Amino acid sequence: MATESVKYVAPETETKLQNQVFPRPGQHTTGIIDWLTTIDHKKIGFMYGLTALFFLLVGGLEALLIRSQLWNHNLDILNNREYNQMFTMHGTTMVFLVIMPLSAAFFNFVMPLQIGARDVAFPRMNTLSLWCFIAGGITLNLSWFFTGGSPAIGWFGYAPLTDNRFAEVMNDMGPDFWVFSLQILGVASLLASFNFITTIINMRAPGMTMMRLPVFTWMTLVVSFLIILAFPAITIALAELMFDRTYGTNFYDFQEGGKPHLWQHLFWIFGHPEVYILILPAMGIVSEVIPAFSRKPLFGYGLIVFSGVIIGFMGFAVWSHHMFTTGMGIVATSAFAILTMLIAIPTGVKIFNWIGTMWGGRIRFETPMLFALGFITMFMIGGFTGIMHSSVPIDAQHQDSYFVVAHFHYVLIGGALFGLFSGFYFWLPKMTGRLMNEKIGKVVFTLMFIGFNVTFFPMHYLGMIGQPRRTHTYNLGHGFEAWNQIATVGAFVLGIGIAIGVYQFVSSFFDKKLKPAGKNPWDARTLEWTLSSPVKEYNFARMPIIKSRDQAWENNYGPKEKHSEKEPLDDHGVHMPDRSWCPLVTGAGLLTLILGMLFHATKDLETGVVLERDYMIPIIGGIVFIIGIIMWAMEGPGGYHLFPKEDEE
Amino acid sequence: MSDAATHALEHHEPVTSTGIPSKKILMWAFLGSDCMFFGTLISTHLIYRKISATVGSTTVDIRNIFDIELTSFSTFILLASSLFMALAVSAIHKGNLTSTRWMLLGTIIFGSIFLACQVYEFTHFVTHEGHELTLSHYQGQDHVFGSTFYVLTGTHGTHVAIGVFWLLGWLVYSFTGKMSTADAMDIECCGLYWHFVDIVWIIIFPVVYLMEYAF
Repeated sequence: MATESVKYVAPETETKLQNQVFPRPGQHTTGIIDWLTTIDHKKIGFMYGLTALFFLLVGGLEALLIRSQLWNHNLDILNNREYNQMFTMHGTTMVFLVIMPLSAAFFNFVMPLQIGARDVAFPRMNTLSLWCFIAGGITLNLSWFFTGGSPAIGWFGYAPLTDNRFAEVMNDMGPDFWVFSLQILGVASLLASFNFITTIINMRAPGMTMMRLPVFTWMTLVVSFLIILAFPAITIALAELMFDRTYGTNFYDFQEGGKPHLWQHLFWIFGHPEVYILILPAMGIVSEVIPAFSRKPLFGYGLIVFSGVIIGFMGFAVWSHHMFTTGMGIVATSAFAILTMLIAIPTGVKIFNWIGTMWGGRIRFETPMLFALGFITMFMIGGFTGIMHSSVPIDAQHQDSYFVVAHFHYVLIGGALFGLFSGFYFWLPKMTGRLMNEKIGKVVFTLMFIGFNVTFFPMHYLGMIGQPRRTHTYNLGHGFEAWNQIATVGAFVLGIGIAIGVYQFVSSFFDKKLKPAGKNPWDARTLEWTLSSPVKEYNFARMPIIKSRDQAWENNYGPKEKHSEKEPLDDHGVHMPDRSWCPLVTGAGLLTLILGMLFHATKDLETGVVLERDYMIPIIGGIVFIIGIIMWAMEGPGGYHLFPKEDEE
Repeated sequence: MSDAATHALEHHEPVTSTGIPSKKILMWAFLGSDCMFFGTLISTHLIYRKISATVGSTTVDIRNIFDIELTSFSTFILLASSLFMALAVSAIHKGNLTSTRWMLLGTIIFGSIFLACQVYEFTHFVTHEGHELTLSHYQGQDHVFGSTFYVLTGTHGTHVAIGVFWLLGWLVYSFTGKMSTADAMDIECCGLYWHFVDIVWIIIFPVVYLMEYAF
């Protein structure tokens, strides 16, 4: 991305201490070293996105295996344990390795551009969170190759399913892999969120007040707060589980005074905000796409922002609606039922505002808009069934049936994934500089929309006539076969649609024959569309001075006083932080630490009793981790300067 | 541009929208997150404290092994260390390197005394004749108190230990001759962390220790 006008000058700020082991790669680094040491938020966004798309295919294959197993009664394509492993891995992968990192990819790429920042507040920490995410993905999927295979405990890991004594396989390591991979994924999410919060609060361009922030940035902020407040609960729950499994504590051990119920509370105190962590980014994307393709400003900006904040806030007060059938007592159950019904109000406000945005607009049905419309309609169906579940007696009937499966897939595929695909079709031209083929995009949408509904709509009915979820097969005579076969066919159609979509995204990075996108192919409204596509590595040659909410739109069509201005060209140029090896070293240390902890105990193969504990590898990992942090602190941000021409951005 | 931002420019610090340095906001966000972290641990302890008060027919009286005098002493030491920390931050803001060094050393020593007390307490509890409290047992019977007690206070101890190592890092760095008022912000963040860990102990001490004597 370096251009002719960019000349190199010696960095003004000296690094605090030069280390000779890992000299910092210079300004003109390219190739693999560039990707391993980059601290550019755009490249980190790419890597988040590509890795998550890979895991989307992995999780999708697991889903197709599940659907194949349910094709007919008493099939044995997967045996019961394999089936349990599949739905556990499918759930965990889709939540932690697909939807969350896809959102993080957009946060990384789009958010700094929307607020007029050169990068996030802590670029090296951003890289570390990427490596932690990849380490977590590796750890989780390594479980396939060790004793017991991957975890068979569900993505919720209810106690006492995780208890050593009830393991189907002696010395089952699956739950351990699950525990440790979730911990490191938690580190990744927390680091990223601290970073995004600081960035949005502190790195906005002059004039970019909080109420001028694009809605997507607002949702990034809300989601980041949700993550930093919700993840500690699961971190502690997992730490307690780790102590139970590794050192024999009694936290969830009902035979020795522990309460499995506690795990459910801790898990869902995290788990329900997690649902909003998954859906709010998609809502943010849709709030950007719909105004752009309706050629109208967002209707009720303040209300949409406020509703998002309220949803995030109330998301912490409804967790027990996942536990209505556990016998919490009438008072607790009623309170959580009421709060759950209340949370439908801000959600409804948002939907009406999106409709209000489209009302009277000149709507263009291009692929991002189609996915956004798919989001609204499908998410509404998921929302309606959600309100049904907030009623306790109805929930008691639906509990553990396929009706629930239908509900949360409408929210997570019809909602979150459609929203994210809309984001891909909307912002990929900005990332790659190339427009994608509109026809293929429409084919992808059609396949996904039809496949999705054919798969999951019948599940409402299947649940009502009594098919239980998380059960590896069913007997003849219940009348489940026909609907299951329809659902399986739909799943394959959906799978093909997603596969073509992913292929289209990845190939648009490489396919030079695609049309160039130009600065603003959609005539969209926010600040990132004033930059060239692909965006230059320094983002903004001169700091923009923001005058209005939809700055790109006002620059093109608005009155003169609403056009953005530029700060004068700085003599110092644009300060760029140096690349660094430290995040990679730190991440590698953390991965070693975790893998070492997984294998530190030698166990008796017959009884599962721990014979010996050897902490050598975890200690080495810990030392590498600490060395990484010390080097990180000593090298400082470093940096060099670029001198782009006046309007080269 | 606001006054705060102009002020930051003069000191060659990056301009921020709020005028607050980014590192400080990061630290506050982290501490908010850490509140939930300890909140979860403390609630686990409180929930189990009542519902698992008895095992079989034996009523568990944890006062048999608590040494409240020792714990009160180490609590006092930890609280006192916060004073040293505050003085260290104040000294580095004034550019008084010698004073900073001594105050850092004081914080480290008091933190270490607290940790030593905790190590003594843990070993004492595990081997206490007739009333052994281990991770999974109390007086030889299965019990949850040991699990919640050790994991909660141990997590707090780990936080203190991380703080001590962090301060040690600053102490070593102060001898490289590169320390200046430019580092004041970083030491202030370190101080925020240290005070936070202290405040958590102010909650843990009554909830875990004193309450056993009251209710």
